[in-house]
Amino acid sequence: MITDPTGPSSGTRERTVHSGADSNGAAAGSPGPPVTQPPHAAPRRRRRRAHTPLDPRPSIPLTLVTGLVLVYTLLPLAWLVINATKDQEDLLDSFGLWLGEDFQLWDNISRTLTYDDGAFVRWTLNTLLYVAAGAGGATLLAVLGGYALAVYEFPGRRAVFAVVIGAVAVPGTALAVPTFLMFSGMGLANTPWAVIIPSLVSPFGLYLMWVFTAQAVPSELLEAARIDGAGELRIFFRIALPLLVPGTVTVLLFSMVATWNNYFLPLIMIKDPDWYPLTLGLNAWSAQARTAGGEPVFDLIITGSLLTIAPIVVVFLLLQRYWQSGLAAGSVKE
Amino acid sequence: MRTKSRRRILSAVAATCALTLGATACGSPDPGAEGSAKDVASALESGGKVTVWAWEPTLKKAAADFEKKYPKVHVELVNAGTGDKQYTALQNAIAAGSGAPDVAQVEYYAVGQFAIGKSLQELSPYGASAHDQAFTTGPWSAVKYGNGIYALPMDSGPMALFYNKKVFDRYGIAVPTTWDEYVEAARALHKADPKLYITNDTGDAGATTSLIWQAGGRPYKVEGTEIGIGFGDAGTAQYAATWQKLIDERLLAPITSWSDEWYKGLSDGSIATLSIGACMPANFVTGAPAASGDWRVAPLPQWTKGAKAAAENGGSSLAVPKASKNKALAYAFIEYATTGAGATARVSAGAFPATRADLESQAFLDSPFPYFGGQPANRILADAARDVGTGWSYLPYQVYANSVFNDTVGKAYVSSTTLAQGLEAWRAASAKYGKDQGFTVAE
Amino acid sequence: MSLLPAPAKAVPPSRSRARARRSALVGWGFAGPFAAVFALVFLAPIGYAFQLSLMRDRLIGGTSFVGADNYLRALGDARFWEGSVRVGLFLLVQVPVMLGIALLVALAIDSGRLYGKAFFRVAVFLPYAVPAVVASLMWGFIYGTRFGLVGNLNDAFGLALPDPLSPSLVLASIGNVVTWEFVGYNTLIFYAALKVVPRSLYEAAAIDGAGEWRVVTAIKLPAIRSAVVIAIIFSIIGSFQLFNEPNIMQNLAPNAITTDYTPNLYTYSLAFSGQQHNYAATIAIVMGVFTAVIAYAVQLRGMRKG
Repeated sequence: MITDPTGPSSGTRERTVHSGADSNGAAAGSPGPPVTQPPHAAPRRRRRRAHTPLDPRPSIPLTLVTGLVLVYTLLPLAWLVINATKDQEDLLDSFGLWLGEDFQLWDNISRTLTYDDGAFVRWTLNTLLYVAAGAGGATLLAVLGGYALAVYEFPGRRAVFAVVIGAVAVPGTALAVPTFLMFSGMGLANTPWAVIIPSLVSPFGLYLMWVFTAQAVPSELLEAARIDGAGELRIFFRIALPLLVPGTVTVLLFSMVATWNNYFLPLIMIKDPDWYPLTLGLNAWSAQARTAGGEPVFDLIITGSLLTIAPIVVVFLLLQRYWQSGLAAGSVKE
Repeated sequence: MRTKSRRRILSAVAATCALTLGATACGSPDPGAEGSAKDVASALESGGKVTVWAWEPTLKKAAADFEKKYPKVHVELVNAGTGDKQYTALQNAIAAGSGAPDVAQVEYYAVGQFAIGKSLQELSPYGASAHDQAFTTGPWSAVKYGNGIYALPMDSGPMALFYNKKVFDRYGIAVPTTWDEYVEAARALHKADPKLYITNDTGDAGATTSLIWQAGGRPYKVEGTEIGIGFGDAGTAQYAATWQKLIDERLLAPITSWSDEWYKGLSDGSIATLSIGACMPANFVTGAPAASGDWRVAPLPQWTKGAKAAAENGGSSLAVPKASKNKALAYAFIEYATTGAGATARVSAGAFPATRADLESQAFLDSPFPYFGGQPANRILADAARDVGTGWSYLPYQVYANSVFNDTVGKAYVSSTTLAQGLEAWRAASAKYGKDQGFTVAE
Repeated sequence: MSLLPAPAKAVPPSRSRARARRSALVGWGFAGPFAAVFALVFLAPIGYAFQLSLMRDRLIGGTSFVGADNYLRALGDARFWEGSVRVGLFLLVQVPVMLGIALLVALAIDSGRLYGKAFFRVAVFLPYAVPAVVASLMWGFIYGTRFGLVGNLNDAFGLALPDPLSPSLVLASIGNVVTWEFVGYNTLIFYAALKVVPRSLYEAAAIDGAGEWRVVTAIKLPAIRSAVVIAIIFSIIGSFQLFNEPNIMQNLAPNAITTDYTPNLYTYSLAFSGQQHNYAATIAIVMGVFTAVIAYAVQLRGMRKG
């Protein structure tokens, strides 16, 4: 009689795997000079000949064709935005891609924020805590680790990539229970630590920072600093870190998305609704529709989802510049 | 791990005994008989905290009332997930040896699984056997396993036929009293308007077993660790033949229950009936408000004309995990919430009772349901509760069996596999799991 | 690992052993925190899972050591192999389609010939930020043949679009959701790689009079080859671990998506519905080894010169 709409998604771990994909750029080969200029820094030269890669002219047909992909990615999101403006009755009665009788967005938002004694606000704060501690920590560890792998020769260095890939290749769903039992044994289950600690590891972040450091931090600079008698920590903070800002921001952004949407581990670890992240909270609301005697709140789930995505979009827009140069530097050719 | 947690439990129990009663109670010859009614009374006096994992909404009221009555007791109500989500959490916490609650909501079909896994406290010593006559038969037999009582029933789900009167009236179709008439009604409706379906069904283990139950089928036999599974009886055959017609003629809306689409169908009348447990009215009110006044309740159609057979669908009990650190107090709470004044208060808050006294109370029977056009629907539901067929049992691993229902019987809904073949595949999968788990399974 | 930066600015061989030791110490000092947490949240559970895979725990009879029994059972388990073949098929179709689209869009954005290219960049990435609960609702709407978009299209145009959630189409429908989620993600990766192709190459090509398509095939694609290989490797891992999307859609198509539909879904239902943690751990480990071997093979082949 009771089913779960989403069930566990293997949250971080799977995100990690896919996000690994963008390490791509990393693929780069030999170290080159740090590239930090924004995409269009190179001066544009006017030429007679149109349609060369150097002097492109916007093309309507190409925009339309590529626009099809955009329709594909945005259509489901349009559904979300449109339906966040409807009340429960309109949701069930009206066509999904058109407005309902009443425009209820503001009312929906205020009800989402106040429903269940303001649980949504509490979950948002929890999520912020998890993102700040988890994604922040993950970025820090990845920067330190990536720097170490790129700059120092130490035993075991070569095995790191193989071990990390081998470990992420084991499906996370079967590891959830062993992880729970371990955390429970350490007294961490059902505490924020149970969400934060696993979020601290971003294999993709480590990999990206490794490549990025190799590109962005010239060894001569480090050598010169050593000859001047600077300690290793000082060199890292004073010389390397400023050069690593774009890459760091990149890792931060992707860790934030992963932590923000983390679902599976919190589902196993957290039983106290006071410590739910947003994803678990929305899921609990969604389970109400499946509970005998429960109250279906599809309108609040949809509005809550929109509110959940919004901050990610904002952060993405704000950090876009860093983000781009970060990835770009990872893939410097030549 | 298991032994470790067992030892921890035993030492915790020993400590409780020493604290509350002294050596005499601990010297009891029967190791299973921990605790007594006296323990319960003294636990209430000394107070403490009870953690309850449950999702049933009216327990909020019970918890508040209980705290008011016993100010030293604090009840912490936690929604740790619904159904199997919560069972997983419970099993994990028990395995980990920490973090298990003092009270857990367990649906009837899952009680056996926890009882045989030795995860639940046997409650007779605390006074549960005194409630022998307090509950209706279906729920009461569901909480017993072997000779023990492993939970107290907190609500029940006698099935009835919820139907959209407006739709039935519009097409001049009579409310079916037998399943044959039901099939006829399904044909007539769908013919009148191809957008209308008599009901939705994409394969639901709970609904299927309940209808087999109503038809007189008893597919599961459980004697300790010996199990029999068979879908060969006449009741099952009758169910399968009837339902096969509905599937073959595409008279069932392929909409999964409890989805937003489903609530849509209930709102606009395209799903015209539901054969479902008595807990449904609350979901109607909140989930399909637009259809208020359209729906009515009738007795479930019968397999034999003129018969009065009913079955249970859904419903939950409250149990005390063995890992609880305060079992006596936990028992005090579940006894309060499931019997006497506590149960009555929950019934007025919307729960459907499992207690005979509440089912027979005139106020309960007469209360009108505005959503059902003022119909005193409880009369029909209470009759159904009384007519629930006896002798039904679930497998001691029904949670798993239900999880593979759609792998097997579900095929009948989307391919040329017949229901009978699907049920046979389900039997085989269930039997295999039982053997893997060490049960003796009779073929 | 040819994909990784060449042994960085490591210590030249001429350095003294003392310096090498110092380098090792400092290196582990920096890498230590990551390594420690990684060991705690990845390696320890895997070790635990390996231990579990050698045991058996039954409702009746308790726990016993069974050696390699679980592994032998996994090798002969049709449910496991059917799921593996299914994700293999998925991999062969979905990954090329997704990466192909991503590559084309990346090239289009990079060509500078799109109106509103900044908007393209952001919009295409958005699906990645959508949580699973929401994705379930959205796709439930789109795939619905009754109240959903498919149903509306059928009504409006008198079409008879097949049910995307029927057993024969559901794998494609899952592929569509995965593609939707990750196409933008991969687009941005390829775009970022394209962004740093040295402009001097384009200038040379322009002087030679090379057309746009020639620039793409002769300069751009070779330049981002390693980016593509990495994207393939991680897509392979992602495909073998396919779980989120079928699990979400199981609610919409319970009969088409069985509990053993993918190996990862199978381990999940073994562990969570069936309490068969030992066997679930076994399947996970077999799957992990399997995936890692294929990922390495692709990497070796993809990085071969020429």
